[in-house]
Amino acid sequence: MERTTLDMWVGAFVVGGLIALLILAFKVGNLSGYDGSETYKVYGEFENIGGLKIKAPVKSSGVVVGRVSDIQFDNKTFQALVEIRLSKNYQFPKDTSASILTSGLLGEQYIGLEAGGDEKNLKNGDNFILTQSAMVMEQLIGQFLFSKAHDEGGDKKTAQGGNKKAVVQ
Amino acid sequence: MPHRKVGFGLRSIGATVVNGVWRLGYVSRFFMMTLISSGASFRRIHLTIREIYFTGVMSLIIILVSGLFVGMVLGLQGYETLQKYGSESALGSLVALSLVRELGPVLAALLFASRAGSAITAEIGLMKATEQLSAMEMMAVDPISRVVAPRFWAGVISMPLLAAMFSAIGVFGGYLVGVVFIGVDEGSFWSQMQAAVDFRQDIVNGVIKSVVFGIAVTAIALFEGYDAPPTAEGVSHATTRTVVTSALVVLGLDFILTVFMFRGV
Repeated sequence: MERTTLDMWVGAFVVGGLIALLILAFKVGNLSGYDGSETYKVYGEFENIGGLKIKAPVKSSGVVVGRVSDIQFDNKTFQALVEIRLSKNYQFPKDTSASILTSGLLGEQYIGLEAGGDEKNLKNGDNFILTQSAMVMEQLIGQFLFSKAHDEGGDKKTAQGGNKKAVVQ
Repeated sequence: MPHRKVGFGLRSIGATVVNGVWRLGYVSRFFMMTLISSGASFRRIHLTIREIYFTGVMSLIIILVSGLFVGMVLGLQGYETLQKYGSESALGSLVALSLVRELGPVLAALLFASRAGSAITAEIGLMKATEQLSAMEMMAVDPISRVVAPRFWAGVISMPLLAAMFSAIGVFGGYLVGVVFIGVDEGSFWSQMQAAVDFRQDIVNGVIKSVVFGIAVTAIALFEGYDAPPTAEGVSHATTRTVVTSALVVLGLDFILTVFMFRGV
């Protein structure tokens, strides 16, 4: 084969490979949506983080404003310490509350922020004062069963009381 | 006599171990010599370009067709499973993550070993059988720098490009079946995929995997060819060994790399 033809084929092959990598980076991996803006760290202590993972989104009004950057266990408070990196483009009041929520019924867990009314804003290294833990299915079902049993017990007592009264009458 | 049988068994185990250690040393020396002699393959770049044509460009058809069908099968099977849970919109992330993290690098490496690796072994084995390598030595041309090193670098350069093309066309195959044929929502297909796939964690690690597989497969193919007995039978055995050893090494390396790259994610 002629050298120019060979070079052309190899050149086309390398270009094809690089285009495939670019497709993977921009179309599949969403590198175009990469937010390279500066961030600041804030912390939140939660009793239970459920299935929250590092890199989980932090949303406010449904808009992604940051990401979970680290999760540790605090030995003093026996709670989960979650480090969050918020974009410097978004500033939140000091009394903002953070809750661990689930997108959909089987979706991933994320942190939802609800802005407060304080005039001062959260700064690098600040903690969320108000936090709400993840919803744990077992606890929820347990509470439901307990309240159901309690209600049924109450109904029976009322019914028995009513009969007694009827007998007395 | 039982004690004779035991003695024979122990001797054969010992011989296998000694032979294995010797072979490992031989492979390491061969690999180091290839790296040391690599300068010539970059100085005379046309040698490497010619080999990229034979290993990369000639493997393109099998890689693209296989990638397309693997993506289409993933799209179909993924849809069948996900629709039971009402989450068929997650099809994009399933197809993309499977291809970019695992199937792209691994299947491309297995196909590369079957197509290009076996060809490299057969070519070098035949050069040895027809005493072309000895003739080069006689003319004071180092066969490692003239024959082995350009093929090694061609394999290392071709492999990640082939794996990237495999993954990209696989994603297109998944899109074709999931969105075009079955009717999954196009917007959620791409948005779920982009939300799930991380550039550094998934795509860069996939490329690193394919570079490692490229080094392993090409080194095995070159060594088996260079070490093949100079007979027709020897070359055919060496070609078979290349495919078998490469497949096992790729799968073993894949497990080790996955443990390091994706543990805890």
